[in-house]
Amino acid sequence: MIRMQDLRKDFTVRVKAGRLRREKRTVPAVDGVSLTIEPGEMVGYIGPNGAGKSTTLKMLTGVLAPTSGEVSVFGLTPVPQRTRLALRIGVVFGQRSQLWWDLPLRESFRLLRHIYRVPAAEHEARLRRCRDLLDLDAFLDTPVRQLSLGQRMRGELTAALLHGPGVLFLDEPTIGLDVVSKQAVRSFLAELGATGDVTLVLTTHDLADIERLCHRLVVIDHGRVVHDGTIDALHARYGSRRSLVVDLDRPLASGFALPGATLVAAEAEGHRVTFALDSASAGEAVAALVAAASVRDLSVVEPDIEDVVARLYASA
Amino acid sequence: MGELRAYAALLGGKARSMASYRTSFAIELLSNLGSTVLDVVTVFVLYRATARVGGFTLAESLLMTGLTAAGFVLADLVVGNIDDLKRYVRAGTLDTVLIRPLRVLPQLIFMDLPLRKLLRLAFGIFVYVAALVVNHVHWTPTRLTLAVVAPIGAAVFFGAIFVLTASLAFWWVESGEMGAAFTYGGRDFTSYPITIYSDWFRGVFAYALGFGLVSYQPALALLDRADPLGLPAWAGYAAPLVSVPAVAIAALVWRIGIRHYRSTGS
Amino acid sequence: MGGIYASVLTISPGRPFRASVTTFGALVWSGFRRYATYRQATLAGSFTNIVFGFLRCYVLLAVAAGATGSRPGGYDGAQLATFVWVGQGLLTVVGIWGPPDLSDRIRTGDVASDLLRPVPPVTAYLAADLGRFGHALLTRMVGPVIVGAIFFTLTTPTRWQTIPLFAISTLLAAIGSFGCRFLINATAYWLHDARGPLVLWTLGSGVLCGLYFPLRLLPEWLAVTLWVATPFPGLL
Repeated sequence: MIRMQDLRKDFTVRVKAGRLRREKRTVPAVDGVSLTIEPGEMVGYIGPNGAGKSTTLKMLTGVLAPTSGEVSVFGLTPVPQRTRLALRIGVVFGQRSQLWWDLPLRESFRLLRHIYRVPAAEHEARLRRCRDLLDLDAFLDTPVRQLSLGQRMRGELTAALLHGPGVLFLDEPTIGLDVVSKQAVRSFLAELGATGDVTLVLTTHDLADIERLCHRLVVIDHGRVVHDGTIDALHARYGSRRSLVVDLDRPLASGFALPGATLVAAEAEGHRVTFALDSASAGEAVAALVAAASVRDLSVVEPDIEDVVARLYASA
Repeated sequence: MGELRAYAALLGGKARSMASYRTSFAIELLSNLGSTVLDVVTVFVLYRATARVGGFTLAESLLMTGLTAAGFVLADLVVGNIDDLKRYVRAGTLDTVLIRPLRVLPQLIFMDLPLRKLLRLAFGIFVYVAALVVNHVHWTPTRLTLAVVAPIGAAVFFGAIFVLTASLAFWWVESGEMGAAFTYGGRDFTSYPITIYSDWFRGVFAYALGFGLVSYQPALALLDRADPLGLPAWAGYAAPLVSVPAVAIAALVWRIGIRHYRSTGS
Repeated sequence: MGGIYASVLTISPGRPFRASVTTFGALVWSGFRRYATYRQATLAGSFTNIVFGFLRCYVLLAVAAGATGSRPGGYDGAQLATFVWVGQGLLTVVGIWGPPDLSDRIRTGDVASDLLRPVPPVTAYLAADLGRFGHALLTRMVGPVIVGAIFFTLTTPTRWQTIPLFAISTLLAAIGSFGCRFLINATAYWLHDARGPLVLWTLGSGVLCGLYFPLRLLPEWLAVTLWVATPFPGLL
């Protein structure tokens, strides 16, 4: 359904060379990416800033033309066939709005119905579903400029789905959102993906988005794919582990060992200890700890996406 | 048809957006009218000091001013806001335009059609018609056709200039007000008889860029005056055709510009 | 000049006068720097000023050629040409059509962060605008005047006093224009967006400051009213 073959995008930048002279230099933003995404897949696309995530998304949606290589979505080549493709895909740019700033949300949706030429009944049905799942009713008649970021993002999601696209591209859909809104967006996308009607491709900096939503994770760095597989495979490959931080009333007995976990740090004279979870689940480790010591507080810390990516650089 | 309705919807969205800034819109409507009124008043003020400018009387000059006002304002109303392209390129708004199933130029036009310029158009047409009346044009069928075609030709020509100068932003985002030198500058140029300019300046603006054919030549034909600069009489009737190559060039440059944007990003 | 010092004193009432001057100076410098980074826009802007200079100059000279005694409103050709070209140069220096920063910031709500700073917003904006003034004086004034001098006969001042007087009046004009624009932009507090008033301003100021034609060409009663009752003629 989505195919990229040796996809490249070069940008020319002018760099200062001496006092007045400027030199043109070619920088590859996307440097030979080949990927195939099947219908119904949910793919997370991650990488550090400037890795080429957004550039790839822009080539898939027909905003940018590739420098070389091939790209096709639904068998269409995005750049010459942009308008035909646009009818079949949905796009959400987390940092840009496609809603009408001064109009109520409802009006934006109505306008989009005309732009995408959606029959009224279909439009109604899809809008009804989004209203239910995203709780839009409370602010459907509020001008977009007065919406909170979380409300606006729910509006953007709806806007991208009203024409019933087969693929939804999301560029950092949870950026800047509060916890509740992030949850709302994630569970909505999870539900959407579960139907299998829509293929999801999303870029993000938030690993929780990926863990919650994506079965497949593509990591890109310096324009190249450095990992393509499940999130577990990524952690297994780079040995990144979740950790358990525990506050104790009394330090642990010396020689204490937690099965399936490794003690990696002890602070505050042994009142706070950190275990890395190797094979034990968080639940097993907590149960073992509570049985053996007096636990005041504990938290599970996810492996940081930046850590994982940093390790990827080191090995790339 | 579906596409037309989509553009109509975009336009409707714009109109409703405006309605949420009613006071500002009303002021804009009036001040836009005012700007065209003042352009015309300027001509009257200048003629207080002299009976003839560049060999033309106030009434004759007014025909050129009116023709320019009607044509320019129509172009400004329809495509004038394309000037904001540099803002769209810089802010990345162009990306959201590119993901919609519509063509880029009409989308940009209808998304932000400056309805505030409507009154201005009415005034421009009024000045043109008034100038036709006070000049006692000797009407023939050809002249009548020319009188109708000339402002439309001027509008198309100015429209092409707007698109051309806006396209500059695809290559040069920092172009700032440079486009205004040719859009608003072009309007100022064609508001007066081109006999007042020095040879080289007239050569560039009137003949190389084509502005001399927008109002001056058709006005001569309508007034039944020979061109003191020596172009034959039929030139006035053929002049509106200048908008054909202008549109062709603008369309070509626009296309190349979009392609350039896509290959370089924002 | 009194205006500046009066507002400088309010920057930090508790601190010595010198610190206030330093703060003000830093704000002016940052305004200057901000415009200095847009070198290409400066070039593009000068080009536009020059094209309009030609257009306006030819029109006024044609009027002069036809006028009785070739002196419309009491100006001769060289004076008219000087009027046009210096006017084109001054346009951005005085900044009649300066950037609508404040109203944009009000519309987006960014203005809140200006109110958080320990410097009164009017002073801060004035300082930034004076920085812009300094930058424009060095860059935008020169181009039109030189081009005008090459293609047309301009008058040169015959008395040395004219030059310092011109400099002082330019600075005062810049401050006056800043005040007017600040007021216009501030209408955004009530209207959400100041586009309407801004267009009205752009238009009114252009004509009434004498950018399109010297005000003396107007009927005398009107010209005198403008001189006495409005701030416009003082700006250009």
